[in-house]
Amino acid sequence: MSGSPNKPERRRSPLSPKKREQNRREFLRTTALVLGTAGFSLLGFLPVVQGKSLRLRPPGAIKQPHDEQQFLASCIKCGQCVQVCPVSAIKLADLNEGLGVGTPFIDAREQACDFSCDGLQCVLACPTGALTHDLDFPADSRMGFARLARPNACLAVQGQGFRGQARGPAFQGVLRYEQIDRWNPIPVADHPYDLDLCDLCVRQCPIEIRITACAEKGSATNGQRVERVAEQLGNECPPKHAISLQPVLSEDGSSRMTPIIQEGCVGCGVCEMICPPEPPAIVIDIDKTTDTVNS
Amino acid sequence: MKGYILESLAQIMGAKPSRPEPGSQPEELKEIYREKRGALTKADVEAARHTHKKTCCNKWQRRRWATLVAVNLLFVVSYYFDVQVLEGALTASRFVGFHMADLNSALQVVLAYKHIVLNLVIGIVTVFILWALLGGRTFCSWVCPYHLLAEWAEYLHLWLVKKKLVKDHSFHRGARPVFYLVFALLALFTGYTVFETISPTGILSRALIYGPGIALIWVGFLLLFEVFYSRRAWCRYVCPIGVTYGVVGVFSPLRVKYNAVNCHHEGDCRKVCMVPHVLDITIRGQARAVNIDVAADCTRCGMCVDVCPTDSLNFVVKGLGKL
Repeated sequence: MSGSPNKPERRRSPLSPKKREQNRREFLRTTALVLGTAGFSLLGFLPVVQGKSLRLRPPGAIKQPHDEQQFLASCIKCGQCVQVCPVSAIKLADLNEGLGVGTPFIDAREQACDFSCDGLQCVLACPTGALTHDLDFPADSRMGFARLARPNACLAVQGQGFRGQARGPAFQGVLRYEQIDRWNPIPVADHPYDLDLCDLCVRQCPIEIRITACAEKGSATNGQRVERVAEQLGNECPPKHAISLQPVLSEDGSSRMTPIIQEGCVGCGVCEMICPPEPPAIVIDIDKTTDTVNS
Repeated sequence: MKGYILESLAQIMGAKPSRPEPGSQPEELKEIYREKRGALTKADVEAARHTHKKTCCNKWQRRRWATLVAVNLLFVVSYYFDVQVLEGALTASRFVGFHMADLNSALQVVLAYKHIVLNLVIGIVTVFILWALLGGRTFCSWVCPYHLLAEWAEYLHLWLVKKKLVKDHSFHRGARPVFYLVFALLALFTGYTVFETISPTGILSRALIYGPGIALIWVGFLLLFEVFYSRRAWCRYVCPIGVTYGVVGVFSPLRVKYNAVNCHHEGDCRKVCMVPHVLDITIRGQARAVNIDVAADCTRCGMCVDVCPTDSLNFVVKGLGKL
């Protein structure tokens, strides 16, 4: 495009001082634009470096307990996982989470993942593998790990029962109660309980519900033990228990029941969601999984 | 063909449109320019403009706005009524179950994650073929929700400029490829999809589908910047999505074609254009042939086709003719 040596140079009038000044200013403006915009985009690193963007992620999310780099990198921020979730557990992060903007997370206390889609729909919907296809069943997921954070608030530890709506009449969360509707989740507020000893965290644990279902299936055939049924049906039957109530000796010497979290816990958050006291006695640690706790 | 590709790529990279070498223009074109010299007075041009305004109706703009709104509404409706026609957002979606991935978002993910799954490959190939057929930057003006807001902001900006309340500040178009490189390198070396964080296209698409958030403040800031400081700044000088689709559009058969025969060279098309450098060929003496395709940095928005009083600019499909 510039003049080659054997062609006559095209005459070009030298730039006027005014034009030259305009060019100089445009160059400075452009430099400021590049630095300013790139600089602003780098602000997105702040919440990530400070760990403020760490969240409970949907099942299958690639992550190390303290490092979500791979998850944030691989997520294309499209929200297809949000759209397929039957209990609307998944939400998308906002710009205050910097580079995490548009990535899916679960606020377990508001609405936990109860695996009522059965087939891990969010994992199947993910176009980039940010929710890895490596897992086939709910028991394979590693979202976090439950912890009895406030034992004194736990109704079971206090020896109390529970009567009524688990989270009050205004609570919006839903769960699938298979005995009521096999396919559609219903509001927790529409399903009051009447328990002599509160065992909601155990009773509603999706892993425990599946183990019970498998055991029933097993006993209906030939009375086999859970492990045996799990073997037969593949991993669809969770191979390990997630939570159970066990007796402990309390300070005053009397025997009390307390929830004990076990190896099979995947950190789905249903226990945190269903726990009646406010704040809940049991919570999910997002920086732990059964692999890190029980290795 | 080769000339078109190289010229398009050079313009996308921020180069000034090349001018025809002296003496390289065909005789026929020179004759057209000669005949028009002094043939029309200012009043004639004004009269032609006036007649055209009476008959024209912003046909392409109306079609484009309708398409843009329809596509974005389809995302919203699909989720809201759970009809599963177009699931996801503009960054990645499924059209009746078939994967689609925005090329720039996919590029960011691939560079940052350094790993690619089959579904994403399918999405990328689908979208590449789609926009290669439909014109590349057609995505910008016919689909991107930020484009529509920016278009309205542009009207406000132009009105304020006319009232002499604000001044338009230009930047060098070379900034956009620099941004493209910066964000590609950031994704590659930091391992995070940095551009997605500030992309108004993704932010707006998600806000429409999943509800608004504070990320919209950033979009609002960009619009204010464009209203009060620099016309269409984001699309013209920053957005790497435009670069990506611009390159795809190089292979597109759908273009705007310029015919020099009746052109008044009055420049109405360049005044409405978001990327006016592609229309420098309409300046008197600057076309290389009587018929010439507008380079691929063109977003195929059709504003010039609408405004041209002499029907010198038209949508064409290579090999099929005028649309």
